Amino acid sequence: MSLASASISSLRKQLLAGDITAVEIVDALAASVSARNEEIGAYLSTNLDDARAQAAAADLSKPLGGIPIALKDNINVLGQPCTCGSKFLSAGYTSPYDAHVTGLLRDAGAVLYGRTNLDEFAMGSATENSALMVTRNPRDTTRIPGGSSGGSAAAVAADLAIAALGSDTGGSIRQPASHCGIVGLKPSYGRVSRYGLVAFASSLDQIGPMTKSVEDAALLLQAIAGPDHRDSTCLNVPVPDYSADLHKGVAGMKLGIPKEYFGEGIDPEVRARVEEAVKRLEAAGAEIVEISLPHTEHAVATYYIIAPAEASSNLSRFDGIRYGQRAAAPKDLLDLYQRSREEGFGPEVKRRIILGTYVLSSGYYDAYYTRAQKVRTLIRRDFEDAFQKMDAILTPVAPAPARKLGENSGDPLHEYLSDIFTLAPNLAGLCAISVPAGTVASDTGTQLPVGLQILAPHLAESTLLRVAKAAEI
Amino acid sequence: MATEHIDVRYVAGLSRLELNEEECAVFQRQLEAILGHVESLAALDVTGIEPTSYPAPVYDVMREDEPRESIPTEAVLANAPDQAQGQIRVPKVIADA
Repeated sequence: MSLASASISSLRKQLLAGDITAVEIVDALAASVSARNEEIGAYLSTNLDDARAQAAAADLSKPLGGIPIALKDNINVLGQPCTCGSKFLSAGYTSPYDAHVTGLLRDAGAVLYGRTNLDEFAMGSATENSALMVTRNPRDTTRIPGGSSGGSAAAVAADLAIAALGSDTGGSIRQPASHCGIVGLKPSYGRVSRYGLVAFASSLDQIGPMTKSVEDAALLLQAIAGPDHRDSTCLNVPVPDYSADLHKGVAGMKLGIPKEYFGEGIDPEVRARVEEAVKRLEAAGAEIVEISLPHTEHAVATYYIIAPAEASSNLSRFDGIRYGQRAAAPKDLLDLYQRSREEGFGPEVKRRIILGTYVLSSGYYDAYYTRAQKVRTLIRRDFEDAFQKMDAILTPVAPAPARKLGENSGDPLHEYLSDIFTLAPNLAGLCAISVPAGTVASDTGTQLPVGLQILAPHLAESTLLRVAKAAEI
Repeated sequence: MATEHIDVRYVAGLSRLELNEEECAVFQRQLEAILGHVESLAALDVTGIEPTSYPAPVYDVMREDEPRESIPTEAVLANAPDQAQGQIRVPKVIADA
């Protein structure tokens, strides 16, 4: 087996035993990248020489010593490009600082290797909205990898990365993890600092691990979790040892099955794989209880008011003045703003900025934005009520396996509805994970991965990982 | 809830976006479909419900007001589309009197 296909935990054992070197891991990855990245399109850029130098200098006594980690290209890494998958930033922006998670990875001894493709400014469910290139699903290259962290998911699934970081605003870690057959964890809101993550929707965004195993997700989360004085939404609470309870199993746990997540619109084969995973957890000693989350049907509408509203505000900083795209020969300042943004942003970003501006505008603010925030409270209460009795909740990640490239183009509402199972945990701030739950045969005979989504209360990542470990195939 | 249709060109102007005719037509259709979907929230009774801005408590974070190192000016200017004399250059903001 190639070093590129190994997990963090297995590589750490081999490194500490002196059987391999960190430079050998980087070289193995470089060979995989040069063999397959052109076909898959996972990386926007790699920094092989720098990665070799980092590997040669890596302190193996640190928790991630010598382990290469890929980062989604909306997370700042000092001296490297940060394109956000956008034309706005692709013409020469270089990060003048490290994101908080980037610094923590360095502190943990990781080797920072490569920037992965994404939907522009993390807006999308397919990585088709990247302005820079297409990423393909390694399990079936005629299909999408999911989005918006599709580059990270594809890199891990195709053994072009050992592990990666993604960002999740409405499912952008879990959905591509599900479509590519890897593990993707969205931490609780406030668990991981957002400092240095280019903001999409500030009350929803979280950075999280995308890995080959649940054990690796625990190791990577351990490295990036914790307080940061530069992010006032990052919680100053202790970080537990996420690996400690991993193998304790689910015997005696109560796991809720929300009936609203198993209704019409879900592919029968996807439902079958998820139900099989539920049965495995029941056989492992968990008590399975049907529950109700009555406001689930309103999650898409609520999300597509709140997220664009926050995006329209966050993206106002892209004005052609301090960095990125600037229109040539502007006649005045307003002309510079308008044409720079027109030239720099792609259609999905413009659509969400306009939608967000509209729902925040005078006369519509209360009707749309305030109402959505109140419905958000109802959605959060549904979960609070459920977690009074349940340890965790089990659902599908997506209604269907990865679709063909180009299939939903021009129909954003249809595409938005595909996020129906992942949005509510972001609105409520919960932690959530996607774990591979088997595959479905496509019409062309390829096997398409299906993910099981597990939800746990705010800051209950230890419970989440324990259930995920028990569910892992 | 609102019943008027979105005036895409006007809202794009508020967003500092200059759209061409084709974009306006496409966005008009797509945004009306999306707004049609979100109208469903109007049916919910939210009387007396507090809005949720953040899913976790957010506190003001204060620190001592002490001078400290920041990102160097050169690093900031390195990303500016246009610069002169250690500053970012922009089109004239104030018209002649």
